[in-house]
Order: sequence, then C-alpha cells, then structure tokens
Amino acid sequence: MKIAITTSGTDLDAPVDPRFGRARSFVIYDTESGQWSVLDNAQNLAAAQGAGIQAATAVVNAGAQAVLTGNCGPKAFRTLAAGKVAVYTDVSGSVREAIERFLSGTLQPAAQASVDAHSGIGL
Amino acid sequence: MRTRLRVAIASGKGGTGKTTVATSLALVLADAGSVEFLDCDVEEPNAHLFLKPTIERREKVEMPVPQVDEDRCTRCGRCAEVCQFKAIAVLKDSVLTFPELCHGCTGCWVLCPEQAISATGREIGTVESGWASARPTRLEGAEGQVRCVGFHHGWLRVGEAMSVPLIRAVKRQAREADFTVLDAPPGTSCPVVESVKDADVVVLVTEPTPFGLNDLELAADMAAAMGRVAAVVVNRAGIGDGRVRGFCRSRGLPLLLEVPFDRRIAEAYSRGEPLVAAFPAYRAKFAELGRSLQGLARR
Amino acid sequence: MKQLVVISGKGGTGKTTVVGSFAALAERPVLADCDVDAADLHLLLSPAVRHAEDFTGPLRPVFDGALCTGCGLCVEKCAFNALETADGSVPVLDAIACEGCALCSFVCPAQAITMRRVVAGRWFVSDTRFGPLVHARLGVAQENSGKLVTLVRNRAAEIAAESGAQWLLIDGSPGIGCPVIASLAGADAVLIVAEPTLSGRSDLERVARLAAGFRIPTLVCVNKWDINEALTRQIEAESAAAGCRVVGRIPYDDAVSRSIVQGVPLVEHDDGPAARALRTVWNTLAEG
Repeated sequence: MKIAITTSGTDLDAPVDPRFGRARSFVIYDTESGQWSVLDNAQNLAAAQGAGIQAATAVVNAGAQAVLTGNCGPKAFRTLAAGKVAVYTDVSGSVREAIERFLSGTLQPAAQASVDAHSGIGL
Repeated sequence: MRTRLRVAIASGKGGTGKTTVATSLALVLADAGSVEFLDCDVEEPNAHLFLKPTIERREKVEMPVPQVDEDRCTRCGRCAEVCQFKAIAVLKDSVLTFPELCHGCTGCWVLCPEQAISATGREIGTVESGWASARPTRLEGAEGQVRCVGFHHGWLRVGEAMSVPLIRAVKRQAREADFTVLDAPPGTSCPVVESVKDADVVVLVTEPTPFGLNDLELAADMAAAMGRVAAVVVNRAGIGDGRVRGFCRSRGLPLLLEVPFDRRIAEAYSRGEPLVAAFPAYRAKFAELGRSLQGLARR
Repeated sequence: MKQLVVISGKGGTGKTTVVGSFAALAERPVLADCDVDAADLHLLLSPAVRHAEDFTGPLRPVFDGALCTGCGLCVEKCAFNALETADGSVPVLDAIACEGCALCSFVCPAQAITMRRVVAGRWFVSDTRFGPLVHARLGVAQENSGKLVTLVRNRAAEIAAESGAQWLLIDGSPGIGCPVIASLAGADAVLIVAEPTLSGRSDLERVARLAAGFRIPTLVCVNKWDINEALTRQIEAESAAAGCRVVGRIPYDDAVSRSIVQGVPLVEHDDGPAARALRTVWNTLAEG
C-alpha cells in the first residue's frame, strides 16, 4: 500500500513536517516495493484558506491509504476520512524513522483532528 | 411615503455610543414622521434592549451552497478548479463540499459541465421584525397616539463567519419611511460598509481619547472613500483631550452634538434605558441633531 | 509558550487597555494586534517599526477593453451584482460588492477578464519595550475576511516560537464574525473582557458560546464593575455556570482615560484601583 509522510525536506532522511496542510512536501512511499516519490506541496504554503483540503485531496488522489504527520486540522481530516485515508498524528523524527514505526505497527490512527483550523505553528 | 432621510450611525471604535445615539435619535424623530430602525450589528445586536420591540415576524436566512449529484458527476474537477474559496474538493470516489467556506458565488453550479451541482441552503442566521413604542411607558399619557418605530434586526448564527449577507437581509425588511435609522456595527470594514453604503448621511460617534481619535480617522476615511456625507457626535465628552475637536475642524467634519461623560448616563445605559428616556432634557438636543442631519443630507 | 486571546463580544469594554497592561506585566511576551480593522494597541506601546509589508488580499477582475465585446454575460452571472454596464461598454466594477469569486473571468466568452490580487492593507513587525509587536492596518473599506488577522497571528506565533517567548498576547476585535474566529485559532485560552450592562451581558453570552464551540478554555473578567454591581454578579454567575473561569473584576477608574491620553499601559501610569485590579487579574490568570 502507499502511505504519505509530511516532510520539510525532499528525501527519507528529512524531518517529518509537523504541519499537514502547509507541509513543504509529501513522501509517497510504497510499503510493498519500497519505492518512493516526492509530492510537492508548495502551492499550498501561501494559501490563506483551504490548504488542508487541497493537500488532502492531493494525497488521496495520489493513492495513499495512510498519512503520517505531526498535526492535522479538521477540514483536512474530514477530506482524508472521505478518501478512506487513515491519519496518524504526533509523528516526528525523520521520514525513514516514521515509516519504520508505521511498519512495526506501533503507531495509532487518530480518531479526529489534532488541532483547530488554521493553527499554523505552535500548539 | 417618500424616504426623507436615511441616516447611518457608525464609528471606528467599538463602544463609543452608536446604539445610544441611534436609539435616542429614532425615538425623537418619531415625533416628526414615520421611522424605520435597522440594527445592522447582526453579530452582537443591542438596540432591542433599549427599544424593547414587539417582534411580529421571525425568518431564517439561508445562503445558497452547492450540493453535488454524485450520479451525474464525472469527477472532472472543474468545480474545485473554479472555487476560489476551496469549498469543494474532488476526490477519486467522492466530492466533498465545505459549506462554511462557501461564499455563494454560484460558480461551481454555473460551470459544471454535467449540471451535476445544485443549490441547497446553509442557515446563516435569523431576521426579526416588529415595532417599538416611541414613548417610553413611564411617560405615556392617555392623550394622543402612541408613536411607533418600525424595528428590524438580525441574529448571526454563532459560528457563522460571514455577516454581510445577513445585514443585507435585515435591510431588505425595512419599509419606506420618512426616517430610516441604521445602527451599524463597530469597525470600518465590510459589515460597516454594507450598513452605511446607501445612507444620505453617516454619523460617526466617537470619544475624545486617542483610541477614539485613531478610529474616527479610519471611519472618516471610510465614509469619504464611499462618497458619504459625514458628521460627528462626541460621546463621553470631557474624559480625554481636545484632539478630536481639532481633527473635526481640520477635516471639515461638522461636530453636531457632544454628550458629556456622566456616570449616571453610564448607569442608565447599563440598565437598558434609552438616553432620552432616562434624561428627557436630551430630547431637544436629539431633535436638533435630526434637523442638522436633514440639512446636511440636502446639500 | 501560551497563546492568550483577549476578546469581548461588545466593543469598548477595555480589551486594548487590558492587553496593554498585560504586555507590561508578562515575562517576555510577544504581542499581536488582531483588531486589524481599528488597531489601537500600538498607541500604548510606542512601537518602532522594523519591518513593513503589503497585504495582498482579494482578487478583483480587470477588463481588457480591446477584447471585451460588451455582451454583458459577466454582469448577468455575477451573484453579487458587482458589475454594471451601460449599452455594450466595458463593465464597471463595484469593488466593494465584489467577492473575488472569479466567475466573471470564467464565463467571459472573449477571455477579456483576468483576475488580479489587490493590495488590501499593510502589516508590521515592531519592537516595543515589552517585546515584539505584530500589527496591521486593513485598507479603507476593505473586506475583513480574517486573512490579515491570520497572517498577523501566525507571524506573531512564529516570532514567539523562534525567540522562546513565554506568552503570545493577542488583542482581538469586537463581534463574533470572521476576524474574531480567525483570532481564536490556536489559542490556549481566551479572556473575555465584559462590562456590566445589558448590552455587555447579551454580547458576552454569544462570544462565550463561540469560544466554547472551539473548545478553548474561557476566562471572564468584568471591567467597570461598579457601574452596575447587580449585573456584575449576574454576569459572573452566568459565566461560571457556562463553564468559564471568572478571573477578577476591575472597577471604573478615570485614570484609564488619562493613561490612554498619555499613551502608556495603565499599570505603568499609576497604582490606582483599576491598575491594582488589573495586576491581580494578571496574576490569577498567569498562575492557572
């Protein structure tokens, strides 16, 4: 299956981006083949609203079935849920570490958004 | 009846006394003709606490938001492309709408190539209409008619972000009258613009402090940008300094009335008593204000 | 870092006065004035602007006269009646009615309309003797959709995170609409400054419901409480029953106006009844 991990960089050693809607990019990782690609999220960085919805749409349409991120706002969460994508929040460290944790089954999916809309930075 | 005067009461700063001035003005103008009162502060309406209207009509107000017929939808994504407010998201297997972001522009359903989108309603609030007695019960005598003021206001649903469509709905309730008094919300942006945009004259209520002056300047700029005739009323005169007067002079803004700070006025206000009811001596001052405003509007 | 937003529902209850003094009392705060429509906090903090930037807000249509055929389709389709045309000439835009939806540009058969972003205000990062202040001025008669508020708040939060500040103090705006909603996002706590009047009570109830809807811990303090003691007690009881924490009361004091005229926070101006009460409110709030 494909999973998406938010990142502020562009490869597996880059850190997980704590934001979802305005994350710099997503690593789309295929857990079966180990292949991965980067989905750029630059267009959403400056968006005043709807960044979460657009990022979620892109992730759903890229075929991901799970998202690993720091935080996820309510509209993004709703969009991901509609696209049957499981959301894992509170994930940190490098992208590689996050993938390992996911594969080892130690991550718990979130039942709801972890932050309010437009929480930007800082909790 | 022809509308003779449409006056909006605004201010940059909140809490300067808009509702105090608007309600007292309306009560006094009722002696001179028919009056319609519109409380355009749909986020935090207060005028009803002073005019104590009898509400006769209550209506829910809705804004049109999109509804997608998933059977006709081909997931072409055109709707998401055209929506500037990100209120529609097209996923592989479904289309999501976010009514709370929708501005009701109709773009998605006008442009959908499959005609798969129709309009459904999102409730933004309620409008209420009725009438208020222009003679406070304490002073009512047996002689003469009880004068009435037509009353309209709105309650924005708590959590609804957009107030302008509801303000428009409140304005639509008003009937033709000799005098239409609009009590605007505080500030200088879109809700205030909507409230004052067709007024013959805008009264800017301020207080003689640096906050009052700072915000009066913004409000005066707003009125000027909209081509409105403006005049100033200073409330709580005496508490600050003379810079507001100086500002009015320099901008050629007529200063039509000063209400001095008086703790008893503040106390009466706290109890929901209109100024001219608690202090009848002010009736003459507000009648004079009304005449000055008519004079300004005619120019 | 704690984010405290100060709002009121009703205007004029004393938000800015309170935030101005909190700025002086808090340790290493970052300040944000999110009342972008009628910003006043800077009048108490003597800021030195070190960075200023244009705020580009809404989209507005621009018409290419050479391509326009005067068909009037855009005028007909505009849901906000923002376009007017006279006899086949290029449509005239009512910039205030326009909502920037771009539908006109999509329907135009001659591709004569492009959408351009308009400068709708200016925002600033300033230094004050208490800490950095992020503030803004929305352009005259502009739409206050909350975008500029979000920008101010996010920039202030970034500065607070970078500098390791303990507090982000946000001066909010009156009402319950877009700008207030935008200022509440990310708040750790909300302080509602109330006044003991029927209007104040009515407005408090609505804005408290708004904060509760966002699940933000809400604190209440009644300003000018002695104008109507009975109403003060009623407001405090109703707030507590609604799950708010009452953090104190401030008496009416004409020193407040004098401190505003002097352009300094009340607690720096004097040690009178209101100043002392404000200190107590801050201490109560900062502990909890």
